[in-house]
Amino acid sequence: MTVTVERGTRAAGSHRHTGPRRPRPRESYALFLLPGILAFLVVIVVPFLMNTGVSFTEWQGVGTPKWTGLANYRELLDDSEFWASFRHSLFMVVAMAAVPTVLGLVLAAALFDYVAKHFGTRIAAVLRACFYLPQVLPIAVAGIVWSWILAPDNGSLNALLKAVGLGSWQQDWLGDPDLALYSVMGVMVWVQLGFPLVVFMAGLQRVDPQLYEAAELDGAGWWRRFWHITLPQIRPEIYVVLTWCTIAALKVFGAVYVLTKGGPGGVTDVPSYFSFTTFFEKTQVGYGAAISTVLTVIILVLSLVFLKLQTRTEDAEEGARAA
Amino acid sequence: MTAVRRYPVLVALCLAALFMVVPFLIVAVNAVKSPTEYSQHGPLSLPKDVYLDGLKDFWERVDYSQKLVNSVLISGSVAILAVVLSVLNAYAIGIGRIRGRTWVLAFFVLANMLPQEALVYPIYYLSKQAGLYDTRLSVIIVFTVVQAAFGTYLLSSVLSRFPKEIIEAARIDGANKWQVLWRVVVPVSRPTLGVLLVFFFIWTWNEFLLPLVMLISNDNQTVSVALGVLQGQRLMDATMTNAAALLGVLPALVFFLVFQRTLTRGIAVGAVK
Repeated sequence: MTVTVERGTRAAGSHRHTGPRRPRPRESYALFLLPGILAFLVVIVVPFLMNTGVSFTEWQGVGTPKWTGLANYRELLDDSEFWASFRHSLFMVVAMAAVPTVLGLVLAAALFDYVAKHFGTRIAAVLRACFYLPQVLPIAVAGIVWSWILAPDNGSLNALLKAVGLGSWQQDWLGDPDLALYSVMGVMVWVQLGFPLVVFMAGLQRVDPQLYEAAELDGAGWWRRFWHITLPQIRPEIYVVLTWCTIAALKVFGAVYVLTKGGPGGVTDVPSYFSFTTFFEKTQVGYGAAISTVLTVIILVLSLVFLKLQTRTEDAEEGARAA
Repeated sequence: MTAVRRYPVLVALCLAALFMVVPFLIVAVNAVKSPTEYSQHGPLSLPKDVYLDGLKDFWERVDYSQKLVNSVLISGSVAILAVVLSVLNAYAIGIGRIRGRTWVLAFFVLANMLPQEALVYPIYYLSKQAGLYDTRLSVIIVFTVVQAAFGTYLLSSVLSRFPKEIIEAARIDGANKWQVLWRVVVPVSRPTLGVLLVFFFIWTWNEFLLPLVMLISNDNQTVSVALGVLQGQRLMDATMTNAAALLGVLPALVFFLVFQRTLTRGIAVGAVK
């Protein structure tokens, strides 16, 4: 089988554009799409349309929804809780997209052309595995681990501070309204860091080692090589990571549920937790639907913007290469 | 680069890696520490002897075997069904090149981007109407579709570069489209399908919001939901918390060690598409 495949691939490369195209009956392939389309209609499209519809109504989850037009959205604009939750989302974007991307870049570059080169790829692989480990952990479990470490009484962090003589630095990390959001952000950096790191390390393998050698001969230091070779070469990966991580940050739910339940006093509330409590605790389904619709619109717009930026850069680069 | 400057970087990286792993170590140490020792010496001391009653108590109290069975059943079914659904979709889009495939693909990408918050209430409501609320089947159905959105997107681009000659050769030998799919396309794409299988399994294992809403009875809950709910109730003492954390970490650690190469490679494959 393998042999056939390889030969086939090569053949495909050689005369893909030559040879006359035989007209093929296309439509019958559509049958294969039928189960997928049906399943998506039932599980995604119908619920999504229902959710959008309900956002224009007042509904407690039982009885008939009462049409109220844009009332929910008007209420959202005056709702300080709503604005606060989106402000906290920005903090999450910093903690889950910006910081992990920057740290991931530096760590990946250091692991790839420092550790792997001078100490062997095995050590680099072990270190990479350590950084990636939190990524496979269920967020609920990560939450349990960290809420115990950050606990005010007998939590490991406070115990550690006391043990090294910094007892006055002890804090109620998740219970202090001034600190809670930053503590959650710290946990999210720990959770997220492995993803950019692994993607960037894989991307670095594409980079032609001769570029580095040439730069090194020219006397470029590590930082200059990082800035002028590494960064431009793995730009596609950076876009992908930023897109994925930003969307993940906007959707963050489990960590907030397990660590702080949005508290204390709503200082760690995020849109997805806000819509969850509005749906299932306050049972204001119409209002919850409006919150989640706004979140959806933001995510879709952001994805489109990122996609556009990415294709534009790629086109520009191809244009430059062709010129 | 001189050797003098090399080692500080390695040491710094090792320290950073240690920081990533330390939480796991502290949890492991404290899960096997007796409550009396914990209250005397705090979280940072090493336990004098291994105390397993905390783990045993926790296991029995939350019926952890049942939670594991639920998680394996749900994640396993979703992984297999979602791969099948993704293959069918991607066969039509990537190899069949059906008309309007760009739009169909855009539809799947959008479905993949949608936040679950915008689906959760209607899914909750509809599954109640259909008598599927609080069943593992409902979660399996939903996640099969959610994961297949990503699978379709990834596989379509992989299959669009599938060598046409192989398919045409099989067609000339008299195979119909169905046979080409199962006897040619699927076996050849096995490495990619394996990556997807592993990813779907772990992603579904880690899912929280929808299972939290859909699975309310103890007998149906997954590991993630059971632990998250317990933590949310703030009723656990230190030993129990650590037992819970350790038992939650262990399956993830097993997957990680078993699938390490698939995971790190798979991410690379998925990211650059």
